[in-house]
Amino acid sequence: MHTADLRRGVRDVAPLLLGIAPFGLVVGVAAANAGLDLELAIGMSVLVFAGAAQLAALELLRTDAPLVVVISTAAIINLRMLMYSASIAPHFRDLGARLKGGLAYVLTDQAYALSIARFENGPDVDRVSYYVGVAMPIWLVWQVMTVAGALLGAGVPDSWGLDFTVPLVFLALLVPAVEDSATMAAAFVGGSVAVIGAGLPLNLGLPVGATIGVLAGATFETVKQ
Amino acid sequence: MTTGYPDPIVWLAILAIGVLTFAIRVSFIALFGRLDEIPARAKLFLRYVPAAVLAGLVFPAFLTFDGAGGPAMDKLLAGGIAAAIAWRTENVLATLLAGMGSLWVLRFVVL
Repeated sequence: MHTADLRRGVRDVAPLLLGIAPFGLVVGVAAANAGLDLELAIGMSVLVFAGAAQLAALELLRTDAPLVVVISTAAIINLRMLMYSASIAPHFRDLGARLKGGLAYVLTDQAYALSIARFENGPDVDRVSYYVGVAMPIWLVWQVMTVAGALLGAGVPDSWGLDFTVPLVFLALLVPAVEDSATMAAAFVGGSVAVIGAGLPLNLGLPVGATIGVLAGATFETVKQ
Repeated sequence: MTTGYPDPIVWLAILAIGVLTFAIRVSFIALFGRLDEIPARAKLFLRYVPAAVLAGLVFPAFLTFDGAGGPAMDKLLAGGIAAAIAWRTENVLATLLAGMGSLWVLRFVVL
């Protein structure tokens, strides 16, 4: 470990923790609202450690969706990390299998974005040290805030509508995901179909909407070219 | 409303999601040298997954219909205000404060 590079990672990630903290709080509250006890809430944050997928899974568990829908929806949301894994893989190629596994476990949107920028454009750094410096604070803040949210959520009355924080967090993630007209088409079609399909049995509105939205985005791009 | 699934089932679901998520994360990092690139065709679709899935989670939560009446106005308006703030700031905390603040004003003061 190069302490200077580790510290550089911690310094770079610090401002992003301000966005991660309330997100973790919302996931904790959502876990409490779904009826998960503290152990399950912590277990989920440790085993899954992926906010959007956790929130979606909690929402679907709360409404008793079939387990296949719960699990596959969460996995689909995390598919974007395939792109991160492929993109960062060359930088980790010389490491041992166990270390690779550890680094992969803490791969998040933020850890990927900061590290890839530093590896490809910035000055030379010890890659593992920098990456760990970025990823560990995210992991710690995530676990602490989920616990805080789970404890808080159990004590707040339903009329406050704390469950509304869930789509608000998704909204804050959706806006940067809409980067051009094709992704806009994917969002608009996916969202609209999900609204129309909200009455479908087995909570199928979301997977059906998402699938048609992805096809719409890909079609839009193909037609445009 | 809380989940009707017993704890062991929820544990199993969490474990399954955890295993799949780790498999996605570790995939190319572990296989580098044997499998270096995502096929272009898969990439074409992967690019749209976040926008489509997130919109599929957001739209139905803002546009809800309870019983015979029209849409629930408090959620629709609060969602609209939050969307404007999210667009301008791209900030999770600001979006949360705008959405919850307007939901509470609409629910407890205005409507």
